[in-house]
Amino acid sequence: MANASSTAARYFEGQVRWRPLEIVFWLAALLPFVVTPAYLSLASQVAITALFALSLDLLVGYAGLVSLGHAAFFGLGAYSAGLLAKHFWNEPLSGLIVAAALAGIVGYLLSHIIVRFRHLTLIMLTLGIGLLLHEVANSATWLTGGADGLQGVKVTSVLGFRFDLYGRTAYSYSLATLFVCFLVARRIVHSPFGLALRGIRENALRMPALGAPNQAHLRKAYALSAAMAGVAGALLTHTTSTVSLEVLSFGRSADVLVILILGGAGRLYGGILGAIIYMVARDQFSGINPQYWYFWIGLLLVAVVMFLPNGILGGLSALYKKSE
Amino acid sequence: MVAQDISLALPKGVRHALIGPNGAGKTTLINLLTGMLQPDRGDIFLSEERVTALRPEARVRRGLARTFQINTLFPKLTALESVTLAVLEREGHAHNWWRGLPRFGASADEAAAILASLNLAGTENRPTHELPYGQQRLLEIALALATRPRVLLLDEPAAGVPKDESAGIFGAIAGLSSDLTILFIEHDMDVVFRFASRILVMVGGSILVEGTPEEISRDAQVREVYLGKAHRG
Repeated sequence: MANASSTAARYFEGQVRWRPLEIVFWLAALLPFVVTPAYLSLASQVAITALFALSLDLLVGYAGLVSLGHAAFFGLGAYSAGLLAKHFWNEPLSGLIVAAALAGIVGYLLSHIIVRFRHLTLIMLTLGIGLLLHEVANSATWLTGGADGLQGVKVTSVLGFRFDLYGRTAYSYSLATLFVCFLVARRIVHSPFGLALRGIRENALRMPALGAPNQAHLRKAYALSAAMAGVAGALLTHTTSTVSLEVLSFGRSADVLVILILGGAGRLYGGILGAIIYMVARDQFSGINPQYWYFWIGLLLVAVVMFLPNGILGGLSALYKKSE
Repeated sequence: MVAQDISLALPKGVRHALIGPNGAGKTTLINLLTGMLQPDRGDIFLSEERVTALRPEARVRRGLARTFQINTLFPKLTALESVTLAVLEREGHAHNWWRGLPRFGASADEAAAILASLNLAGTENRPTHELPYGQQRLLEIALALATRPRVLLLDEPAAGVPKDESAGIFGAIAGLSSDLTILFIEHDMDVVFRFASRILVMVGGSILVEGTPEEISRDAQVREVYLGKAHRG
């Protein structure tokens, strides 16, 4: 009995422990400063997209909920940070907190409708909510600038570091925020709540038979995921000093889902890897042919879902297990 | 299947078998008791409390647990994760997202102890979908036990399990606390007469007769409607 007990506790300790590869990954994230200093702006965009994908992973990968309207929360964060910086104060860290709070509250409120549905209805519902918010922002030109975007957003420095033309501060800020949010996401998925989300993903029908309030769990997951997406949106505003209507677009919602599927959902690092591959591929392919670069992204997506159904990270993980 | 005109009491600690031909409404009755189906009329009480209007999860938290005829498990979770999840839900810790699972070692210990009590020691770290079928049936029971039920409803706990393994499953059920009220659906009459202290015979959505195994085996209606058919088979 004593042996069984200690083994049980150790099992969960082993899951939470940092792997050497994880440490290598985060150290490698510093390489753009020295290896590709000319691409720090792109690296910053990658980090923001990775954070957005990470937020979606909590829903798709862990709770098993598909969303085609996640840009709604990204956009809310982007606009709230932009409006705050334009009309009130331009200290960015408090802007991140405000964006997270606003997106999280809206996510929580919307979740009361969303978590009642599954499958195609859920996809259509999230898509519809995304489109609604997009058009609300489009028509509220007095507030958002409409199709012209929100102009006059000025965020000059973060913690005393001024945003520079080379993107050093932007990447440092984006990477640091991504890392902090990653730590939060890591804690969530390795918590009792994270285990409950995985339970819902695996068998939502069985959960009530364990006494689990599925809808309450999912509402909380939505709020946390929306808050994190809001932070990603705010980061984009802070690092680009503008907010375009595109932050709420269907394209952004679809792209982040593609990124997550490419990288591998339900693994935290899958979204980050997907963002790196997608953003770098987009940069390179659009350099080759600015008009038809989506062709290559489409090809990549088809290849991944056909040959690596669990995404690139899932494929790598399976290869590693085989080699062991 | 429609269940109707059912008046049923399950006294504490008694092992009830619910038998009847296919389509008699046995699983429907369990679905009604656990809240997975809502009755058009009538009431369900757990001890003194009326639970008719409560959601399934609320009934579980009050001590009414069930297993399923077809494995209803968490394929990619390990056995230990699955049962720990049930323990954490019971303890009200499953909402906690800011503390890591290692901080809930006592819950994991309890889960491991439940698995061990059902002869599932050694399966803790294996994903559920990799477990042999008989062990998955036992895991169904482990999940229900982790909710610390007062009443346990087992829907054909040994369904699809070879006869030699089904004895092990019912042996584990027989070893459960004598305070626990159990109702199990089972088609194997040898098992029913061996493990049940009361038998309920259900036909056409109603309880035809209830009694001790001796009373049931002597009952002419039962012999005609159910046992007779089984004996002829």
